[in-house]
Amino acid sequence: MAQEIYRAIVDGILIGGVYALMAVGLTLIFGVLDIINIAQGVLVILGAYLSYELAARLHIDLFIGLLVTVPAMFVIGVVIQWAFIRRLRGRERTSMTLLVSYAVALIIEGILYEIFGPNPKQLSASYVTASVHLLGFYLSYIYLYGFALALAIIVGVYLLLYRTTFGRSVRATMQDETAARLIGIDVNRVAAVTFGVGVAVTAAGGMVFGATNSFNPNSGYDLISRLLAIIILGGLGSIGGALAASVFMLTVESLVDIWSPEWAIVVFYAALVIVLVIRPTGFFGRPPVRAQ
Amino acid sequence: MIGTASRQSAAAGLALVVLAVAAVGFPLVFSSPVVTNYAVYALIFAAVVSAWNVFSGFSGYISLGHAVFFGSGAYAVGIAARDWHVNGVGVFGLLPLAAVAGAAIAVPFGLVALRVRRHTFIVITIAVFFIFQLMAYNLTSFTGGTVGVSAPFLPWSPTSFNDHFYYIALGCAAGMIVIAALVRRSRFGLQLRAIRDDEDRARGLGVRAMRVKLAAFVLSAAVTALVGGVWFLYLTQAQPPSAYDPLFDLSIVLMAFLGGLGTITGPVLGALIIEPGQLYLTIKYTNGYLSEILLGALFLLIVLFVPRGIVPTGGEWIRRLRTRGRPVVAPTAPAAAAAPDPARSGGA
Repeated sequence: MAQEIYRAIVDGILIGGVYALMAVGLTLIFGVLDIINIAQGVLVILGAYLSYELAARLHIDLFIGLLVTVPAMFVIGVVIQWAFIRRLRGRERTSMTLLVSYAVALIIEGILYEIFGPNPKQLSASYVTASVHLLGFYLSYIYLYGFALALAIIVGVYLLLYRTTFGRSVRATMQDETAARLIGIDVNRVAAVTFGVGVAVTAAGGMVFGATNSFNPNSGYDLISRLLAIIILGGLGSIGGALAASVFMLTVESLVDIWSPEWAIVVFYAALVIVLVIRPTGFFGRPPVRAQ
Repeated sequence: MIGTASRQSAAAGLALVVLAVAAVGFPLVFSSPVVTNYAVYALIFAAVVSAWNVFSGFSGYISLGHAVFFGSGAYAVGIAARDWHVNGVGVFGLLPLAAVAGAAIAVPFGLVALRVRRHTFIVITIAVFFIFQLMAYNLTSFTGGTVGVSAPFLPWSPTSFNDHFYYIALGCAAGMIVIAALVRRSRFGLQLRAIRDDEDRARGLGVRAMRVKLAAFVLSAAVTALVGGVWFLYLTQAQPPSAYDPLFDLSIVLMAFLGGLGTITGPVLGALIIEPGQLYLTIKYTNGYLSEILLGALFLLIVLFVPRGIVPTGGEWIRRLRTRGRPVVAPTAPAAAAAPDPARSGGA
């Protein structure tokens, strides 16, 4: 029993790292653009399919393939922002951006179905099947590599935000868009690049997700609802919060999973509701902005 | 001025009578079950979108969890009919139970979710939605698990089956439209819209925001659940993914947006346009993928080109056409009273 609980906690932390990677993009986009990108889930799946194609057709290693898929997803993100999100203004912006990103998700999902069909796929590599004996039990290498990759990218995003001029203008835009504009920050460029970065990290998240789970074009919905729960719990716009919340949620889920796999996901969402009853801004949220 | 107003209200009354006659006579003219099937679904959605709009459209709190009420209404009727052995036309007596179930779920749901605003509210409604869908899957002895529940057999001939449901759905839609119009004109409706425009200020002016929001939420939930019960009896079965369908939530939001959020006729119009279109696409492209792409593209076109909805935008065009660029009233009249903000007055 103790062994099982121990194992569930380690699993929760490792998988939580990968979810954090996907959630960081979402929460970053929210922080700067004040929108929730529903398409994030299906973009993760798109990233997984890109890695799949590179591995299956060109026999490129999954991790090396990221050198191609991450920039590709960055471009896709910038294009989505430029074509659709940029134009939305006015009072109903919150719900309209939600609808627009949902529409984008539907279109991408439909296209993925047309190309790949509904059969589930999984990424394969030597380190996906091989496992290592560590801390008293066996762990697949991909979980370790995935966790390391996730941490590296999250640290990278953190450095980008807190150690560069670009990061300073991003944070300025997060705090007050009008003031940022007044001191000469090109807010539109910041928004486009942030959206691009937020989408680009999903390429890495998608690769690890695709190697540890089987996926089809429909998998994006389950993913986006979990990611939304995570970023709300962590506090919208907070990168550290996203990391803490995903590790917390996935650990809770994998602990409940020992007793009842069916109820594990219910507990996942119930945890969100319970935490928000106690603390409406999440773990690390800023106080709510005035006006609906 | 007064002459124009009374002439306008007479014209509106006449239009209403014509519409009512057309709606009642529709199944007599188009008797094909294929056509009435489209009409039944369109009316079911007209009722649901209108109910959604009374809460979300008026208060500005966008709920993506109304499938919770729709599905729970369906399950309430199904489970009650199964456990109490209700047969035949008697099952329609269970519809009020569906409404009660919807309201009973909405109270705790609202007390939790309505404490937070904007994105957080939307995400909580999504989370609650998933909790309910998963419960429908997991509480096997109560909900029937993946098999779901089936409705008892209705002793109606196949040729008139759709017609009966057409009139039931028409009754629901008409009833909900009347409720929506009454709410909009009442003090309650005004308080809701005050909350939408600026909740903190409304609170400062003495609106008991939580109570008002919760009342609208419960009202909206009860009607949605009742219509969910009708939908279940029409379809004769409910499974977790069909009763608690995430696409349902997005469809009703899209319908409300297409027609005009917060207006009375807009959401109904949106439902009558989109639901038959969506049904037609899914039936025509049975593999479902192309219809998904088309639906997504339609979404984008609507949001990018008619962002305020057909009814407000259309009203503006008509006004511009009628006045041909001249000011709406003579400059001496008090401008505020005579020229209401087109965005706000698009309804009725």
